[in-house]
Amino acid sequence: MSISSPLRLVTRNDIPPADAAVRLRHLNRRFGDSNVLRDLSLDIGRSEFIALLGRSGSGKTTLLKLLAGIDQEAEGEIVTPANRTVVFQEPRLLPWKKVWENVALGLPAGDGRTRALAALAEVGLAHRVDAWPATLSGGEAQRAALARALVREPELLLLDEPFAALDALTRIRMHGLVEALWRTHRPSILLVTHDVDEALLLADRVLVLDHGRIALVEPVTAARPRSLSDPQIQAQRARLLARLGVTLNDEPTP
Amino acid sequence: MTSITTDPPRTGFPSLSRLRRAAGRAWSPRATSPLVLLLLWEIGARTGFIPDRILAAPSAVLGTFADLTLSGELPWNLLVSLLRVLAGMAIGVGLGVVLALMAGLSKRGEVLVDPPLQMLRTLPLLALVPLFIVWFGIGEVPKVGLIALGAFFPVYLNLFNAIRSVDAKLVEAAQVFGLSWRELVRHVILPGAAPGFLLGLRYSLGVAWLCLVVAEQINASAGLGSLVNHARDFLRTDVIVLCLLVYAGIGLGADALVRALETRVLAWRPSFVKG
Repeated sequence: MSISSPLRLVTRNDIPPADAAVRLRHLNRRFGDSNVLRDLSLDIGRSEFIALLGRSGSGKTTLLKLLAGIDQEAEGEIVTPANRTVVFQEPRLLPWKKVWENVALGLPAGDGRTRALAALAEVGLAHRVDAWPATLSGGEAQRAALARALVREPELLLLDEPFAALDALTRIRMHGLVEALWRTHRPSILLVTHDVDEALLLADRVLVLDHGRIALVEPVTAARPRSLSDPQIQAQRARLLARLGVTLNDEPTP
Repeated sequence: MTSITTDPPRTGFPSLSRLRRAAGRAWSPRATSPLVLLLLWEIGARTGFIPDRILAAPSAVLGTFADLTLSGELPWNLLVSLLRVLAGMAIGVGLGVVLALMAGLSKRGEVLVDPPLQMLRTLPLLALVPLFIVWFGIGEVPKVGLIALGAFFPVYLNLFNAIRSVDAKLVEAAQVFGLSWRELVRHVILPGAAPGFLLGLRYSLGVAWLCLVVAEQINASAGLGSLVNHARDFLRTDVIVLCLLVYAGIGLGADALVRALETRVLAWRPSFVKG
């Protein structure tokens, strides 16, 4: 175990806790004998974009499920906005509902279609509103899933590796789309990802989760739109990779 | 007999493809051997090689078909049989759906409903006929009851299983999007279980038809079965063969009906969807 202080409170200094969209205090989650989350504390500010990195089994998905309210079996304090929603790794569209019906799922019937069409137009799927999900490409399906989340105008948007299954080019386009949507709607975002570059391009703060604790916090201050060739980003990238247990040959680890 | 052809892949133009298929069938090489067999059968019967009391000639069957249709005997008995199947199916499928929903949608329902049904399921259906006669006599009740029981199990088993195997990830997502239990059942679980239900329905139609044939051997005074029984007593193989053909035809028709239903209800399925 290489974490210096086992009980580490992570808060962002420039946001007073009262203004935080998410407040987690001393969160513990056990599955049988294994502690997946250990005394985890975290604030996410309003409209803050957080990226959560970590190896498989580090507790990323567990944390996201707790924040989404899917899992309610933790000890500790969790405060989240009631209006929260998730985009999963798989689009999870209902195959028996047309694209717009998927987006309008659970909305009040009256203006459901209008709102769904607007959200679909925003993600560039205006031409596919009446299609069956089975006919969508991977990128289109994930954009529909994004529209389904956005149409609820969430205060907290949880993204669970939403780009992991997409090809590289589609992923780049999705990055731009998510950033643009975040700028327009200003939700707080927690993006769970394996991709260090993605985290650095999009997030205000990058967190590394390790054995159920936040092991590293990396505020990203580079101006947007960001470039991976930015020396500051490169240094952060090396630091994050080192914390994740990857050493680069051409760069000395700090 | 009827020839069974494999369906070509579905396209977006059913009418056109049906036309093409029909045109193709007219001189399909696959039709040759059945036609030759039919011809041999006809020749064999006419020359007396196949005695009339063993098997009537195809032409004789056709003639009987015309006679019995014109006399109203065939349509009437057919109607009686159809009504029996309809009544049995309605009861069996209805009960199957209700109990599968009870067992599928709640743990308590499953504990209550499933164990006795799983035990009953192992009984060979047709072996229950004597018991049914003792209980219900030889009227319509044991006939419809047997058909209902036969139709019940495939629907119950398949729908229950289908409800339980609805993708848990979709259910989780629907809960995240704030669907109530009722909305979840309506928008996610029931549509997700529809393919399983239709499969069960198809099986249960087949079983119901089989049960009808057996049930109508029980002292039926009307229905296709009674027609067959009378024909047996008078060695009228033409009537028996005709009734067999009618049974087969209706079986095919019922299957086509469920398939048409599938195409409508499961329009979202990748196999039906053409972008």
